[in-house]
Amino acid sequence: MTTATRVPAVEGWFTMDFDRPALIGQRCGTCGTYTFPATAFACPNPDCDGSELDRVELSRTGTVWSYTDARYQPPPPYVVPGDEHEPFAIAAVELAGEGLVVMGQVVPGVSVDDLAVGDEVELVLDTLFVEGDTEHVVWKWRPTGRSA
Amino acid sequence: MATDWTLGMTTTVVLGVGMHPWGKWGRNFVEYGVHAAREALRDAGIGWRDVQFVSGADTVRNGYPGYVAGATFARALGWTGARVASSYAACASGATAMEAARTRILAGLCDVALVVGADTTPKGFLAPSSGDRPDDPDWLRFRLLGATNPTYFALAARRRMDLHGATEVDFARVKVKNARHGLANPNARYAKAVTEDEVLASPMVADPLRLLEICATSDGGAAVVLASADFARRHTTRAVRVAAISTVTPTYPNTIIELPDFATDSSAASPPPERSFKQSITDGAYAEAGVGPEDLSLAEVYDLSSALELDWYEDIGLCKPGEAERLLNDGDTTIGGRVPVNPSGGLACFGEAVPAQAIAQVCEVTWQLRGQATGRQVEGATVGVTANQGLFGHGSSVLLVR
Ligand SMILES: [Zn+2]
Repeated sequence: MTTATRVPAVEGWFTMDFDRPALIGQRCGTCGTYTFPATAFACPNPDCDGSELDRVELSRTGTVWSYTDARYQPPPPYVVPGDEHEPFAIAAVELAGEGLVVMGQVVPGVSVDDLAVGDEVELVLDTLFVEGDTEHVVWKWRPTGRSA
Repeated sequence: MATDWTLGMTTTVVLGVGMHPWGKWGRNFVEYGVHAAREALRDAGIGWRDVQFVSGADTVRNGYPGYVAGATFARALGWTGARVASSYAACASGATAMEAARTRILAGLCDVALVVGADTTPKGFLAPSSGDRPDDPDWLRFRLLGATNPTYFALAARRRMDLHGATEVDFARVKVKNARHGLANPNARYAKAVTEDEVLASPMVADPLRLLEICATSDGGAAVVLASADFARRHTTRAVRVAAISTVTPTYPNTIIELPDFATDSSAASPPPERSFKQSITDGAYAEAGVGPEDLSLAEVYDLSSALELDWYEDIGLCKPGEAERLLNDGDTTIGGRVPVNPSGGLACFGEAVPAQAIAQVCEVTWQLRGQATGRQVEGATVGVTANQGLFGHGSSVLLVR
């Protein structure tokens, strides 16, 4: 058996640091607002004409703004990671420092029954799906056990 | 009641409305659009050749005929040389198409316009079109998150439970109410009463939302004939006036997570606006019409999920934040109550036919204001509003008065 090659499921949205991963956003050098993903061409603040957007790593922890789950298998281009669909939780997480709410899957094994609005979660990297010997990696949220 | 023509030059009139019944018919969307258009023309008492401007609401699922819906319907009805436009604004496409027609009338460039939207839909969850498109957020949210449309409806529902103490029973009761409202609606796809227990026994799709609480996708078509006040005066005595159309976009920073986004705007450099995007949609209509939510006889709101209807009660100003459950449970929003919401049965009874839906809302309010909503009539209705929010920042509200 060969070791899978790990690739990000999307380029440039997060660091491939498996110990301390971070989402990559943009920060406007003029007004200080943030974006995620880092795909803005100009500052989105209507009162700012800044165009110098620095790529920055966003906070690695946040609090749950809301959450749900996917009981049924989502349609393509979603790829089922295993043999058959296992329901997974999805959370929208508030990053206080950046004033952003960012979506993400919640790590396997954590169900909606384990979540509450206000719970602290941290960013981790996990398998999205494996194709041949390539593992596609994505960010997910993992509860820290603390709540705000 | 005599028609008030005092608004004269600044008003447009709904001269006729028509629909093709919603369902899962599996036929070409143009057929539904033509059917609805002919119904609307018959209702208006005018002929196709009287129409000077055709405003189509696009469907993006049906190739070029869908992208150029205005021309597609004009051709299907028979080329007459009428001007055309086609609008795309996701679920708000119909309102945007109406706004194109209204502004052309108000500019004095034409007297009669026909607005048409129709769709034919695939089975199951709405999925993105095929092919790898890693630059398209709509493709990426399915790919990276497995986030379907119900995912986003459910985030709003769960948030509502946490903030306002809404319960699964409250959500189920919205469905029960709308199912009852739609029983007598000949254009509704589902005409079947459901009980609270049946809703709560239906499978969980995206916690806390169950199968019977999430709107389906449907085939259907709807059309409206709009006319100048001058033209209408010569053709009708039962005028329903368009007092406002609001097609607002959000105000930065929009801090509510929206379908199909990965993240909200940032509030780091500027505080969130006092009024949320959803609140600003009918705010725009009320301001333009010079009326307020206290004047409403009824409202047609976009109940993509049962829980979302409760959010709308607050966003359109029927009550303060946190009071929607009380309004529902007191029967205020049921036909016979203070301000019935979704007397048509709403999306709960129709399912969504995207480009037709905002037009269908206008058809229902028009029938209500004329006293023609057999079996679901809101007695003495004089003012009605529609509200919906299209993907990608498209507000949609039409305020009608008689
Ligand atoms: Zn800026």
